[in-house]
Formats: sequence, C-alpha cells, structure tokens
Amino acid sequence: MISTTARAALAGVGVIAMAVTAGCGTATPQEEKGGGAIVVTAGDDACQVARNEAKAGTLTFEVTNKGSRVTEFYLYAEGDRIMGEVENVTPGLTRRLIVEVSESGKYQTACKPGMQGKGIRGEFTITGDAKKAVDTDEKLADATKSYQRYVTSQSVALVDKTKEFVAAVKGKKVDEAKALFPVTRIYWERIEPVAESFGDIDPKIDGREEVLEEGMAFTGFHRLEKDLWTTGLQADSDAIADQLLSDIEDLANRAKTVELTPLQLANGAKELLDEVATGKITGEEDRYSHTDLWDFRSNVDGSQAAIASLRPVIQERNPALLATLDEKFAAVDAVLENHRVGDGFKLYPELTEADIKEMSEAVDALGEPISQVAEVVAGQ
Amino acid sequence: MSRRRLLGVVGAGAAVAGVGAGVGALANEAMSDDPVTQASSSAAAAVPFRGRHQAGIVTPAQDRMHFVALDVKTTDRAELVQLLKDWTRAAERMTQGLEAEEGGAIGGLPEAAPADTGEALDLPAAALTLTIGFGASLFDDRFGLAERLPPALAPLPRFPADDLDPARSDGDICLQACANDPQVAVHAIRNLVRLGFGKVAMRWSQLGFGRTSSTSRAQVTPRNLFGFKDGTNNLKSEDTLALNEFVWVPVVDGPQWMVDGTYLVARRIRMHIEIWDRTPLVEQEQIVGRDKGVGAALGQKDEFDPLDLHVRGQGGVPLIAEDAHVRLAAAETLKGAKILRRGYNFTDGTDGLGHLDAGLFFICFNRDSRRQFVPMQQQLSSKDKMMEYLEHTGSGLFAVPPGVSRGGYWGETLFA
Repeated sequence: MISTTARAALAGVGVIAMAVTAGCGTATPQEEKGGGAIVVTAGDDACQVARNEAKAGTLTFEVTNKGSRVTEFYLYAEGDRIMGEVENVTPGLTRRLIVEVSESGKYQTACKPGMQGKGIRGEFTITGDAKKAVDTDEKLADATKSYQRYVTSQSVALVDKTKEFVAAVKGKKVDEAKALFPVTRIYWERIEPVAESFGDIDPKIDGREEVLEEGMAFTGFHRLEKDLWTTGLQADSDAIADQLLSDIEDLANRAKTVELTPLQLANGAKELLDEVATGKITGEEDRYSHTDLWDFRSNVDGSQAAIASLRPVIQERNPALLATLDEKFAAVDAVLENHRVGDGFKLYPELTEADIKEMSEAVDALGEPISQVAEVVAGQ
Repeated sequence: MSRRRLLGVVGAGAAVAGVGAGVGALANEAMSDDPVTQASSSAAAAVPFRGRHQAGIVTPAQDRMHFVALDVKTTDRAELVQLLKDWTRAAERMTQGLEAEEGGAIGGLPEAAPADTGEALDLPAAALTLTIGFGASLFDDRFGLAERLPPALAPLPRFPADDLDPARSDGDICLQACANDPQVAVHAIRNLVRLGFGKVAMRWSQLGFGRTSSTSRAQVTPRNLFGFKDGTNNLKSEDTLALNEFVWVPVVDGPQWMVDGTYLVARRIRMHIEIWDRTPLVEQEQIVGRDKGVGAALGQKDEFDPLDLHVRGQGGVPLIAEDAHVRLAAAETLKGAKILRRGYNFTDGTDGLGHLDAGLFFICFNRDSRRQFVPMQQQLSSKDKMMEYLEHTGSGLFAVPPGVSRGGYWGETLFA
C-alpha cells in the first residue's frame, strides 16, 4: 500500500479553505498580498465576481447574497473538484471563504441560487507559481483532505439549518418547518456514510420506524416528519426536536476529527448510491413527507464530492473510467432535473412507474463504474 | 438511514486466503467415491415416506424445492381428515416414483380427466420428499383443535426491518416438496393441490432452485446468491444427539401429538444482490465472517475448522467483526442455541426496476422457535451488517407432526 503521511507532511502542498460567517450584513475586507478580498455579489440570476484573476496563494472571497433565494458559492478546479465552498448564504448575509490555491491554472467560480444545479459559472485564473508535479501519494492525501473539508462544511451547514428547523418546530410554525425539513436533510444525506461510521448516532437521527428494535424510541428527523405531516405536533415534539439538534451537534463535532482513507472515499461514494437504490428509489425513506427526491439528489451530491476529491488519482490511473463516471453522473443529473419544481422536487407519489424505472436504471448505470473506483485507488 | 460502516479495506479482517483449491476438489471426490455416501446421495433414488419422523428434514438436502401454503376452505372436519388420507396415499406413491393415483396420466378411461398430471411420467423418484406442517390459524374453532395448539406455535414477533407481505405469509397448512429434479417437486405439489380443490386453496407458493444447506456430512457445501458457501456450520443428519436436543420435539416438551415432530420456520429473504455485487470482496468477507473461496471462518484455514470468535488481529481487533453474520448466528453467541437450516435460493422475476427479485427462501427446523430461531433472528435483524442487503418479505411458522406410521395417515396424531 502507499504511504501517504510522510510525503504529504513534507510537500507542503495543501489546500486550506475556511468558511467564516461575517457579522450581520457587513464585513471588513482584509488586505492580502496580490489584492484584497474578492467581492462576490450573488443574486437570483447573477454572480458578479469582482476579479477573475489572482496570484497563487491565499484567496479571500466575500460573498454577499443580494437575491431572494438561499445561495452557495464554490471555487472549482477542473472537473468540478471543490477547492472551497461556502453554504447556506441566506438573503442579505455575507460569508467569507478563504482558499489556498497553490497551482496556477484555470478554475471556475460558481454561485448556486437555490443550492441546485451547475450554478452561475465564471472563469477564474490563477497565475504565479509554476505548476508543480504532484505525485500520486500527494494526490491521495489531497483527496482525503479535500473530502474532509467538504464534510466539515456540510456539517456546519447542517447544524445551522437544523437550528432553524428546530426553531420552527418549537415555534409551532408547521408550514415553515415542513419547508425546512427536506432542505436541512440535504446536508445530512450528503455525508451520510460518515455519519454512519459513528454507529450509535445514525439510528437516533435518521431511524425509520420499521428498522427500530423493540423498546427503542422513535426519534430524529423521521419522528418529526411524522408529527408534521401525519399526526400533528405532539406533547414531546419539542423535546424530540431538541434531541435532534443535540445529536446533530454531536455528529458535527465528531465529523471534524474523523480520519478517512482514500478507499473509504471510494466506498463511501458507492454506499451513497446503494442508499438511493434501496431507500430513495422506493419512496420508503420519507414516507410521510414524500420528499425522497431531495434525499436522492443529496446522496448523489455526496457521491460526486467523494469522486471529485479522487479525481486527480482516477485521471492518472484510469482516465477511461473517469470519462464514464462523468457521463453517468451527468445522466443521473439529467433524469433528476426532469423532476424539479422550483428549488425543490416533485413529491414521490407524483412520479410515474416509468419515471421511477428511469431513475433506477440511471443509478444502476452509475453504480457499476463507481464500484470500480476502489480498485483504481487501491492499485499501484 | 443505513447501517453499514464506511470501511477501511486493509484491516484486521484480511483473511487467510488462497488455500482453497485443494480442499474443494477433495470434497467433491468424497461425494462420488465413498460407497457409504453413494447410496444415500444417489440423485434418482427413492426416500421412504413413512417413518418415525417425516422425511425432508434430515434427509440430505436435495437440489430443488417447491413449497406451498394453503388455507382450509372446508368447515367439515371429516372432509379435512379424508383429504389428509388422500394426500398420504398420493404422497407415498409419488415418493416411490409412481404417479399420484392409479391409472395415472394415460392409464384411465379415455373419457376421464387423467388421474395424474403427467409431467413426471418418465422421471425417477429423484429423492422426492414431502413434508406437511400446520399453522396456528388451523387451531381456531373450525375443527375443534384449539386445545391442541402447541405453545411453541406462538406467533413470531415482529423483527426490526421486517417488510412482510401478509399475502406471502402464514397459512393453515404447508407442504414442502424437495427433489433433485425440479419437475418432480412441482409435479408433487401440483397433484396434491389438485386433490385438495374444494377443501383447501393455495395461499402462496415458492419455488427454490439450488439448496443452500448441507444436512449431511456427505454433501458438499453449496453456495447462496451472495456467492458464499452456506451451511458449513449446520446441524447434520449424522449428529443424532444434537438433533434430539435441537430439532425433534421430545416427550417432555409435548404436546403429545407433536412428539417426534418439529417446527418449521420459513422466511422469504430478498437479497439486494446488485448492490452486493458492487461491494468489495474483502468487505463481503467481513460482513459474512468467512472467506469466499474456501469458506473458512476468518482466522481459520479450512472450511470445517471450528469457528473461533476470540481470535484477534492487528491492534487487537477481532478478526470476526462484532456485527459479522457468523458471529451473531453462532451458538456461542446465542447461549448454545442451534437450528437445522434447509433453505433454497430463489429468483422470482424482477422488481420492475431492472433488478432481480432474488434471494434466500430460508427454512429451518427447530424444537422450539421461541428459544432458538427467535433469539437468533432478533440478533441478526438488529445487528447484522448483512441486513443492509436483505429484506424479509414473507414468513411462516408451522408445526410439523411426527412421521406416518404403518397404516396411518399424514397428521394423524393431531386428529386422532
């Protein structure tokens, strides 16, 4: 097997991204070498990036949402490999993204109003230091770091969104809580394999009634789902909501220190699709709200993120497989987009049998090549 | 929600692999050369119908199965008893390789509908066994059997993640036909069902290809649809003492009519084989707790090396994971409980979404499910990593009466 730690430590080629929430509305740009913070003005139809060129080093983006829809901002390397991202930028808010980019080349910025789709893209060029030859060991180390950053940023957003959801539940604002339910779960479903690796937490947060053992309490997202959509809020709904937030915060803390190997990334990408195949395609995940397609989309997002982290390695070792993966991911995207409604999706019962079969086939077509990534990562 | 862990590949579970080829070949040779096993495993031979116990339990597992559950439609007890007698006559004939009735497919009057359906005309007995069982629902107020309801026929509890279809579960009566020729098994059930029209109606049925158990040491361990050997650590027909302890109902248990009988649990377990097939080999082995080639328990070398749950590897991590299938199903984990497994692979078309509806039609025989099958399934359903790939879609618990005596009929002890 490849030894990654020593090499990565010595190489000093790291990409650090930190997302920082600024205060209410205003933030002070910091003076940086090679130009100050790059202001990004994100709207419902626009993504104005003050500069589209910067020197290699530490970049700071200040993203302000001037639109009416919640948005996200990404800096992508080639192939949609995430260099840095900031989630859940609500209307009126400014958030800061600090990214360290050491390789010159062509990148892309993206604003995603409604947190969906490819977003509004712009070219972004990094100049300066010559492109260094990065060997595979470092690419593997980068892959896990990149994915770990993704997990951290999703966890942060998950905590924030859960707080909103819980506040709505406790404030008895049923319609608002219902709207927040599938959106909050986006961040959960994107990182589900990581959550599962802390075995005790997953059933508490996401347990479905029929998988519980006798005597185990029904808690978490699906219990609140049942309350909101079917039985009405119960006397203990507030307590359940508090417990959900507490469990989510526990998860976010643990996720910060989870150490993943490249093989775990490959297997995680595969397992996210298994989730889709056995739970979301059948509509059994969100049986009260029927918001399964949000979860489906998020599982695929998570799988894409894991594969994207591994992209440089796959590119080097099996470019044909990479091309197949891109093609099959795009096909799944296309099928899902057919069922978009605004920033969300159709509810599961609105799908025809033909729709479901089409989605199932697209997932199978993607599942097979994804299952070949582990071998590529493990090989020499 | 799902339960699988994000696994690291190189862990303590790296099995001792690659020793397999020789062992497998030897096992095959033992089957064909050993004169003792030759007679009992002869594929075409007849298995006696009458005896102390019903056949089809410790009989070396045949390759094919046809299973049916029936609901009794007549309310006339005498009519039901007559049906059992008619079935006894037909079953005894068919297990000898004869047609279901005298005259048969072509030997009766031309003007009459044939007495046998005919598809087994040119086929040998093929080791056909026919086994009957009675469900708890038969013991209601229709036939005066309420007082004879065995306590061990208490309904199975709901297990976590059960997805049971009532239309594929339960039944007043079950019939299990096993044979080495699928046509012989189907022919038997078909002719018994035909005899039953008006008195019983078919509730559900299951066809099984490929046995997934060995019930005799003479048999090579077959593979299930996960590609793993299945039945290595099973009770075998040669283990008389164990059978008396774990399978046959003794006098001390009662009720009287069930002595020398047993209880059959049937579970239709759908396997999500497509996502299993995409799972790395080492993860499959860690989930099962055995290596795939030889079937040796992780940490051991040969298939029949005893399971050792206490072996640890790098970093003190148990070689057989805490949630590995063989650990949770092991007698050691279950305070010594064992069952006799005798299940079959199945595929029933597709699920409409591009996947096979396939899996294991699990059958086991045990003396008291409350102390054996139930605690075992409770462990598996709640903790087994394998559950991620499984779905229990049908279930049945049946009291299997003792064997038919000379001059007696099927199930006589219940109605006598």
